[in-house]
Amino acid sequence: MVMTDVPAKIVYERPEALDPRVTHYCPGCTHGVAHRLVAEVLDEMGETGNTIGVASVGCSVFAYNYFNIDFVEAAHGRAPAMATGIKRVYPDRTVFTYQGDGDLASIGMGEIVGAASRGEGITVIFINNANYGMTGGQMAPTTLPGQKTSSSPTGRDTKRQGYPIQTAEMLSTLEGSSYIVRRSLHSSREIRRAKQAIRTAFEVQKHGLGFSLVELLSTCPTNWGMSAAGARDWLEERMLPFYPLGDYKISPAVAELKI
Amino acid sequence: MAKELIKGNTAVAEAALRAGLEAYFGYPITPQTELLEHLSARMPEIGRPFVQAESELGAINMVYGAACTGKRVMTSSSSPGVSLMMEGLSYIAGTEVPAVLVDVVRGGPGLGNIAPAQGDYNQIVHGGGHGDYHMLVLAPASVQEAVDLTVLAFDLAEKYRNLVAVLMDGSIGQMMEPAELPPFQPLKTDIPDWAVRGTGGGENRVLTSINLDPPAQEVMNLRLMKRWQEIEKNEVRYKGYYLEDAEYVVVGFGTAGRISLSAVRAAREQGIKVGLLRPITLAPFPKDVLDELTEKAKAFLVVEMNAGQMLEDVRLVVRGRKPVEFFGRMGGVVPYPDEVLTEIERLVDGPLTTEGHPRDRWLARLSETIG
Ligand SMILES: Cc1ncc(C[n+]2csc(CCOP(=O)(O)OP(=O)(O)O)c2C)c(N)n1
Ligand code: SF4
Ligand SMILES: [Mg+2]
Repeated sequence: MVMTDVPAKIVYERPEALDPRVTHYCPGCTHGVAHRLVAEVLDEMGETGNTIGVASVGCSVFAYNYFNIDFVEAAHGRAPAMATGIKRVYPDRTVFTYQGDGDLASIGMGEIVGAASRGEGITVIFINNANYGMTGGQMAPTTLPGQKTSSSPTGRDTKRQGYPIQTAEMLSTLEGSSYIVRRSLHSSREIRRAKQAIRTAFEVQKHGLGFSLVELLSTCPTNWGMSAAGARDWLEERMLPFYPLGDYKISPAVAELKI
Repeated sequence: MAKELIKGNTAVAEAALRAGLEAYFGYPITPQTELLEHLSARMPEIGRPFVQAESELGAINMVYGAACTGKRVMTSSSSPGVSLMMEGLSYIAGTEVPAVLVDVVRGGPGLGNIAPAQGDYNQIVHGGGHGDYHMLVLAPASVQEAVDLTVLAFDLAEKYRNLVAVLMDGSIGQMMEPAELPPFQPLKTDIPDWAVRGTGGGENRVLTSINLDPPAQEVMNLRLMKRWQEIEKNEVRYKGYYLEDAEYVVVGFGTAGRISLSAVRAAREQGIKVGLLRPITLAPFPKDVLDELTEKAKAFLVVEMNAGQMLEDVRLVVRGRKPVEFFGRMGGVVPYPDEVLTEIERLVDGPLTTEGHPRDRWLARLSETIG
């Protein structure tokens, strides 16, 4: 064995905010990537011991098992209301929700619009995987025209089933929202960008600048019926054109923010 | 503190605030709105959170979130709004966090009307939300009692980590009466051990109502049921009037109980030996005293502003041992003392039976007058 005198350097570590247990997510699912980014950001900001998370109903229902931070678990769609209750009694804590597209953009549309329009000082991590993952891949409000799901077996027919909701665009029209962006988790470059956005969103909260939301385009290889690599490609080819990445709302105060 | 003339809804709001209410979340609905309006001014004035939510769903889930921090929180609404809150109530019960709900009941079903009623008895006392859980239910019959029970509601909620509902009808909420407000309590400073607060590093707490393992969920269910047994043992409250020598017993809660008291007094003036049992806790229901009265009394008359919802709980205790009759007004119609007096006289005149169902007899009598 050849000994070198190059000192060992840690280049990769599990964030303190992330519990070392194995998740229940399917191979190739980007829920785990999103968890990790949130944990890294909270650690880097020194907020891990000052945060309360709100898990939602969907595949990430057990998110609280994977974070070493205080957590509550909301009813389907109601996470923004629960987060409001917590943030109002603990204004100095970092409070965030972690929600799927069915949760946020269908059953919970009232709660998310309410929270955004009030300028509630919470951060929302919004996982758009174009279907209801947990219940077995039914059509979601985000399902693309023509996309086959278990409840649109011949493909989403816009005449009968309407059109998908572009959540970031929609919420960005509200005066109360301060930071609304869409990012994607399909490549390492986009993952790095997603992390920057998550950092900004939490900084917005820390600086008391109002409501922040990061929509993350995500894969669901299991219900899409694809390999992990195939799902990443499908996201890039099919989801990106309908859900363009970008900054949809940066309030003047947020634009001034230096991180 | 001196008595002042004050509206029920306002009095309850002010009492809650003085009892150390740390955050209020609500949505406007008549006949409850003054409660929300009062707190919309008073809470910010003393630096406490007040949020007018996007809906009752929003309001109850804000309460759920804030309740997970162990602070004193409440919401208030009226029947249609409370129906919408059932989801959140079940989750709060399933997470075992304390919270207070004030329901100022109006006529129903559906949009119904904004007049006083007691049609929410079943959805508040016997669930409404899914799963096995119980709310502790307090039913005031005056503005003063509404004030006192609101303060008590917070203490009981915290003592048992249980939901407590103050079930009052629109007339208690809307009526002005002299009442003495409670002294200001300081805000709680201790955080219960189970409450989330934002602590990382292995010390973190999780509050959830999900439990995918059926045997573990059953253990949780058993814990809730045992707690309820303890509540049944410790927290029964009622008021008896003229019961010592009563041959006939009227049973009524809230405004129906209060109106019945006037009728009972009038009947006493005629020499009729009648008394009134007014349950203050609808849950736990005052079963023992009713059981004792069943031994002594000749017959019962249940008076409610609904189609006989508490009537079924009375019948479960009396178990056909003595005749039970029913008189109710519905849809926001408030009974007159004279009407109840007539019913008492009918009880005395007989004939009485333990056969059949009192609701059927009542409906048959009613169709002669209402058609
Ligand atoms: C009130 C209510 N309705 C329906 C459900 C069933 N349900 C559980 S998860 C889910 C869909 C979640 O999909 P999404 O939010 O997109 O999350 P994903 O699993 O895709 O991450 C549904 C409909 C529920 N738990 N509660
Ligand atoms: S079903 Fe889809 S969203 Fe859920 S864990 Fe599997 S891949 Fe992820
Ligand atoms: Mg989804």
